[in-house]
Amino acid sequence: MSNGHLNVKDFGKKAEHLHDIKLEELPKLPYPYEDWVDPPMPPIPAAKLADKDVSLDGILNPVLPIPKTEAEKEALVAKFLVGLKKLLTKEDNWPFLKPFLLSLDNCVKCNTCADSCHVFEASGRADIYRPLFRSDILRRIIKKHITPGGKLTARFANNINLNWETVARLAQLAYRCNLCRRCAQTCPMGVDNGLITREIRKIFSQEMGIAPAELHGDGTIKQLKTGSSTGISPQALIDLLEFAEEDITDRTGLSVKIPVDKPNADILLIHNAGEFLSWPENIEAFAVLFELAGLNWTLASEMVAYDSVNYGLFYDDLQYVRVTVRHAEAARKLGVKKVVMGECGHAHKAAMAIGDRVWLAESNVPRESCLVTMEDIIMSGRVKYDPERNNFPVTLHDPCNVTRSMGIIEPQRRVMRKIAPKFREMTPHGVNNYCCGGGSGFAIMQSNNFPAWRNTISGRKKFSQILSAFTKEEIDSKNGLYACAPCSNCKGQIRDLITYYDAYERTKMQYGGLVELILNCMTDVKEGYIEWEEFH
Amino acid sequence: MKFATIFSYFALGIAFLVILVRVLKYARAPLSMRWELYPVPHEKGRAEYGGSYLEELDWWTKPRHSDMFNELREMFMEIILLKGVYHHNRKVWLFSFPFHFGMYLSIGWLVLLLGGGIMQKAGVAIGPEAGFWGVLLYYATPIIGYPGLALSAFGALGLFFWRMGNSEQRAFNTFAEYFNLVLVFVVTVATLIIQATADPAFGILRSFAASLVTFSAAPEMPAAMIWEIFLVALLIMYIPLSRMSHFVAKYFLYHSVRWNDEANEKGSAIEKHIIELLHEKMTWSASHVQATTWADLTKETKNE
Repeated sequence: MSNGHLNVKDFGKKAEHLHDIKLEELPKLPYPYEDWVDPPMPPIPAAKLADKDVSLDGILNPVLPIPKTEAEKEALVAKFLVGLKKLLTKEDNWPFLKPFLLSLDNCVKCNTCADSCHVFEASGRADIYRPLFRSDILRRIIKKHITPGGKLTARFANNINLNWETVARLAQLAYRCNLCRRCAQTCPMGVDNGLITREIRKIFSQEMGIAPAELHGDGTIKQLKTGSSTGISPQALIDLLEFAEEDITDRTGLSVKIPVDKPNADILLIHNAGEFLSWPENIEAFAVLFELAGLNWTLASEMVAYDSVNYGLFYDDLQYVRVTVRHAEAARKLGVKKVVMGECGHAHKAAMAIGDRVWLAESNVPRESCLVTMEDIIMSGRVKYDPERNNFPVTLHDPCNVTRSMGIIEPQRRVMRKIAPKFREMTPHGVNNYCCGGGSGFAIMQSNNFPAWRNTISGRKKFSQILSAFTKEEIDSKNGLYACAPCSNCKGQIRDLITYYDAYERTKMQYGGLVELILNCMTDVKEGYIEWEEFH
Repeated sequence: MKFATIFSYFALGIAFLVILVRVLKYARAPLSMRWELYPVPHEKGRAEYGGSYLEELDWWTKPRHSDMFNELREMFMEIILLKGVYHHNRKVWLFSFPFHFGMYLSIGWLVLLLGGGIMQKAGVAIGPEAGFWGVLLYYATPIIGYPGLALSAFGALGLFFWRMGNSEQRAFNTFAEYFNLVLVFVVTVATLIIQATADPAFGILRSFAASLVTFSAAPEMPAAMIWEIFLVALLIMYIPLSRMSHFVAKYFLYHSVRWNDEANEKGSAIEKHIIELLHEKMTWSASHVQATTWADLTKETKNE
C-alpha cells in the first residue's frame, strides 16, 4: 500500500482478498434510489470455495482451481509466461500484435483512463479496477521476465512478483473490465486498456485453457458443437420458429410465415439465439416488420448460422475465427445479397468490424446493421405507424460495440425521433455512452457471486443513467418507463438491473429492443405489442 | 570543444537509430484486425457525432467520402493543443500543454540554429544589420528559443509536482516518470541561464551548429556552454530511449489502429495480405486449439 492506495508491485502479496468491496463506499444512486442500500455480496459456499482462488476481490469468475503443490503452481506460472511470449509474436498473434504493442509501449500513466471507467467509478474508485492497474501488471511482467536484462532493472524500478497469486488474480482481473473501450477513447495517447485486457484473456484461454464456462465450454464450444451457445439445434430452431409464428398471430393478429434457408434472398437475418429463448417477441417483431415492409429475406438453419453470437470476440481469437467463418460460409452458401445483423452489439462487431478481415474472397458477403435496415423501412414509409401508440417516456441505450467501435449512432435515433414522441437521451450518449455493465460476456455470466458484482458495480453507472433520463413526475406516475437497448447482451443486463434494483415494482420500468418499439406503433399490428403488465 | 562535437554526433546518431528502430517495429508489424474507435475524423459529415459509413444502407455500394481536412485539423488540435488532455484531464493539460508546446518551440529553435549556422557558412551574415534572412534568423532564434525553453521548464516542474502532489497519481508513478521531468527541467533551465549569460544572441551556438553540419572545427566557447551542449545532446539522445518518445507510437496508434476504418473488398490488397497471414504457424497449446495454422481454423467448416 502507498498512501492508502494499492501499488502494482503488491499485486502478488499474500492476502485473503487484495481488495474488499465496501458497499458503503459505492456512489449513491439518483431518485428514487437515494436511500438504496446494497445487499451484501453473497459469499461463495465453503464447499464450492474449497479449492478456488478468490483472492482478488472475493468474486469468482472465471474459476481457477488452486494448484495442490508448489510444483503445480510453478508450472502454471511458467505456462502463463509462455502464453505471454506468444502474444508478442507475429505467428501467434498477428491479428492484434500491432495495436497490442502500441498500447503496451505508449502509456504515460496520467490516469485519465480511470475517470472515464464506469467500473472504477462505481466501485468507489477502487485501485484494482483502474484500467491502468491491470495493464501495468502485464507491462511489468513483460519488462521483468521477457525483456533482456529485465530481472536486473526490476531490482531498481517497476518490480513485480510473478507468483501463483499474481497469475490467479490477473485471471480474475481480466474479467472485471467490460472491454467497452471508453478509456481508450479518452486516453490522450490512444492507449487501449480494453484491448490489453482482452489480450490477457487470450493468454488464459489460448494457452492455459482457462475461461469462464459461460463463454467457452457453454459458449463457443457448445455453439460449434450444437449450433448455438443456447444449445438450440437446427431441428429445435424449426420448432421454435413454428411456435413463433403462432405467437405472432396471437400478439399481432397477423399471419406471418418466417422464411428459412430461402436461396438467393436479398437478406440473411442473423439473430442472437438468446432471443429465441428469452425474448421471442424480438425475432417475431423482425419477422412482422420485414414481411410488412416487403423485404426478400430469410433465416438460416445451418449449424451456427442461426446464432449471431460470437463469444470468441471477448476472450479467444481462435474461437472467434471459427465462429465467424461459419457465419460467412452460411451466407455464401445461401447466395444472399447481404447479411443483416439482428439486435446484438457484439455480433455486429464480430461480423462487420473485426470480421471485415476474416470474411474473405467468395465468403465476403456484405454485412449491414439491422438499425440501418430499420431506418430505411421507417423513413421510406413502407410500413404505417402511429407514434402516439408509443406515447410513454423512452430512453435509448447505446451498445458500445455498435457505437464506439463501429460508429453507428444516428440511424437508431432517426427512427426513435419518428416513432417515440417522448424519446430523450441519456447523459452522456452516442459515441460517449457508458457500457451497460454486461459487456464482454458479463451479461451471460451467471455463476457464483459474479452476477451480484455485475449488478452492484459494473451495471451501477448505467442504471443511474437510465433513472436520470426520466423526471421525478414520470417515475412517480408509474405509467411506464421504457429503456430501449437494441442489443441482446445489453438487454439481458438491463433486465438483470431492473430485477436487482426492483425497478419494475418501484418505477414500472420496462425494457426491450428497438424493433419491439416499432411494432408497438405499427397500425397494421394489434395494439399493445409491448406488455406493461408483465416483466420478464 | 572536441568533446562537445563528438558527444553531439554520438547523441544525434543514437537518437536517430532508436527512432528508426521504433518506427520500423510498428511499421513492420503485420496488418491487424480492424479495431477502430469512433469518432474517426475523416468521416465526412459524421465525425462530429462519431458516425461512420456503416450508417448507410448498402454502404458497400456507395462511394466513400473522406474529409482529410478534418483529419488534419484534428491532428493539429491533438498534436499542438493536446485536445484530448484538455477535454479529459484539464489539470494535467495546464502543465502538459506548456511542456509540449515548449518542446515544439525548442525543436524549432534547434532548427533555426542549424539553419542559421548553414547560412552563415554559406556566407550569409546573421545579425541585426544583415539582410532580410539574416535579420529574421537573428531575431527569431531568441524569440522562439527562450520562451520554448521556459515553457518546457515550467511544464516539467508543474507535471513533477502534479505527479508528486496527487496521492492517487503518486501510487502509479515510477522512478522514470520523475526522472524524465527532472532531466527536462535541469537541461532547459541550465540552457536558459547559460545562454542568457554567456551567449544571449546565440551567436556561438549557431557557429557550433554550423560546425556540426559542415564537419568543421567548433568555435571557442566558455566551459559552461560545453556543459550546456552536453546536457542538450544528452536529452536529445535520452528522449527516444524513454517513454517521452510516445510521439512515435502515437502516430501509429491513431493512423494504423484508431482511425483505420478501411474496408476489405474482394480481391483487395488487404485480402491478399490476410490470406498470407492465415498461413502463419501458431503454437497455442490449450486443448481446444487443435490447429497448426490460422488457415486450419477457416477450413474446418468446409471439411464438414
